[in-house]
Amino acid sequence: MRSGARCVIEGLEKVGCKVLFGYPGGQIINVFAELIKSRSIRFVLPRHEQGAVHMADAYARATGEVGFCMVTSGPGATNTVTGLATANMDGVPLVCLSGQVSTTMIGNDAFQEADTCGITRSVTKHNFLVRDVNDLPRVMVEAYHIARTGKPGPVLIDLPKDVQVGRTAVPFPDTFTRVGYRPSYEGHPKMISRLASLINSADRPLLYVGGGVIAAGACGLLAELAHKADIPVTTTLMALGAFPETDPLSLCMCGMHGMIAANMAISECDLLISVGARFDDRVTGKVSGFAPNAKIAHIDIDPSAIGKSVRCDLPVVGHLEVVLKALLPQVREQKHASWVEKCLDWKKADPFSYEPSPSGAIMPQYVIEQIDAVSGGKALICTDVGQGQMFAAQFFRHNTPRNFLSSGGLGTMGFGLPGVIGAQIGRPGQLCVCVTGDGGMQMNLQELVVAVEHKLPVKVLILNNGYLGNVRQWQDMFFGRVHSATVLTQDGRPENEHIKASPDLPAYLPDFVKLAEAYGAKARRISAPEDVAPALKEAFDDPSVWVLEFIVEPMSNVLPMIPPGGSVKDTIRRFS
Amino acid sequence: MKTADNNPMKQKHIINATVENQPGVLSRIVGLFSGRGYNIDTLNVGPCADPMFSRMTITVIGDEHVLEQVTKQLNKLVDVIKVNDLTSQRYLERELILLDVAAPRNKRAEIMEIVALFKASIIGVRENFVTIQFVGSREDVEDFLRVLRPYSIMDLSRSGLLAVSRGAD
Repeated sequence: MRSGARCVIEGLEKVGCKVLFGYPGGQIINVFAELIKSRSIRFVLPRHEQGAVHMADAYARATGEVGFCMVTSGPGATNTVTGLATANMDGVPLVCLSGQVSTTMIGNDAFQEADTCGITRSVTKHNFLVRDVNDLPRVMVEAYHIARTGKPGPVLIDLPKDVQVGRTAVPFPDTFTRVGYRPSYEGHPKMISRLASLINSADRPLLYVGGGVIAAGACGLLAELAHKADIPVTTTLMALGAFPETDPLSLCMCGMHGMIAANMAISECDLLISVGARFDDRVTGKVSGFAPNAKIAHIDIDPSAIGKSVRCDLPVVGHLEVVLKALLPQVREQKHASWVEKCLDWKKADPFSYEPSPSGAIMPQYVIEQIDAVSGGKALICTDVGQGQMFAAQFFRHNTPRNFLSSGGLGTMGFGLPGVIGAQIGRPGQLCVCVTGDGGMQMNLQELVVAVEHKLPVKVLILNNGYLGNVRQWQDMFFGRVHSATVLTQDGRPENEHIKASPDLPAYLPDFVKLAEAYGAKARRISAPEDVAPALKEAFDDPSVWVLEFIVEPMSNVLPMIPPGGSVKDTIRRFS
Repeated sequence: MKTADNNPMKQKHIINATVENQPGVLSRIVGLFSGRGYNIDTLNVGPCADPMFSRMTITVIGDEHVLEQVTKQLNKLVDVIKVNDLTSQRYLERELILLDVAAPRNKRAEIMEIVALFKASIIGVRENFVTIQFVGSREDVEDFLRVLRPYSIMDLSRSGLLAVSRGAD
């Protein structure tokens, strides 16, 4: 016999949890009392439950393992919602344990009670409310299994106090037996051979690759397919690094802020092979204008992704590794010389580019290029959301899977800092860089202390433009240049905020350098372009936590841009 | 017995879902429908022959695309064992309705005649109204209600549709 709390820790140890990110509280205190006895589980205490989930999430993205986090009931659990939704949209395997009031109290509006399973139902792959301690061993095994198989995703286990205290002798089951959960891995042989003949007879094929390829560990097979059949490759934001961008067949990222060559290729190809991508609206723009000349084949482990937003001519449901392995021998070795050349011409004509700052300020794009140069292309980049995220996608040459971590689906500001911490814990020897902005940095700033405490050599790079830049860009483009709620400097605030620039206040608050120093990190502010590379070099060569604040051109825009609901012919190349 | 017509436009589909008989499953399914903007017309839940499982009969309005997504999204749920779109098959459907109809002395005979014609039954009698039970297909129910409408329906409870597959065509 052991207590439910003991059983939770045994379950975590059994499934191989090495790191647990968590925040304690009254209704999970029993499990924390057992956690501290575990020799194999490293514990990390963030300063906010949202940070715990993002850390576990980025840990999972960076390592390919399942991430684990644990929080208390009520506010602890509600604080995980953004993190769970982030992981859910991007298919990241997580197990989140939450405390709950006793089953006898549930529904009574008890102290720190929230209907956690009700609240998280639509932002998790699955969740469990454990009502009987004897169910706990089974639930621990099932949660782990569901999180990592099929299309991965977050699974939450809600643990009432009396379940933690109750005792059970039930052993952990060896097998998973839920009849309602049987993701198909094989891929229908007929569909696979039909796909092969489509590829063999296509004149202008294109591989459109999503994050599923990285999740499935199928990047090598993808490259084999591209080279064997001579097919150009474009990736989504989630798949950056799945196919080396230095490969001549790479057309880099597609979509709203993708490379024009990639979007041109989508619109001109006669066969679009989607591999583990889900036709997000940020990729397709106007659906009717997406790949108008192409047959669309779609390989995905999630049947519901197929035909959801874009018509599909040939569906293949299965695990990408299994499907690509079966597909490769049936694909003929061939050349599409004129098509590939056309794609390369587009690429040459419209590379990612930017104009210099009129005032000579640092361009944010330049900082990203220098991260690439100074790290020799070896940095792992964890981004926040907005302009910096897009610049990091565009101006770094992504060649390695699991080295670009970003909240792609949900677009969660505040992911960057806790994310880079989780990634660094998962990949200790790796140079881990957070690209954030003055907006995103302040969404989970409190986690900086975790990096310092654990002596994680992370580099936090703040691109400070004094604006919520991405929204400011949309306001300039589509809302008559009225900067409602997007100005972060003390100066130039809109009327409705009633903030007057005053001589006793600095023009910009907070002082990120002082703030970083207050947390015990090393910090520097960089305002001149020639100081960018030396500052990066100093920080990258030093094992300390570094915060570099780059004062960048405030009005830089992410270009090219296909306006929302538009198609490639509507591409905005220049805007000022 | 009926089969679906081939109209690809919006129509009612009958879905039978076999689910695990556990707390929270119903809200998971209802939440899926509201979260993804699908319209439930009727919903019925009851235990299966094996009490480990429940059967849900859901009628949903939408085109083929919506229905395909509904089916796939339902299948994705861990608690859902099997989803069956009956509309593409041969099936039998029934709905139970209970209604109070105003029945003053001078109308009572007429109402009883209608009840007899439709093979409905009177399950309760009060001074000025009767309670009628009727079981039939959607079409039968509509017909029955249309005929009774002139008689002032005071209250109406409908069970929603239940359906059972007769195998593929």
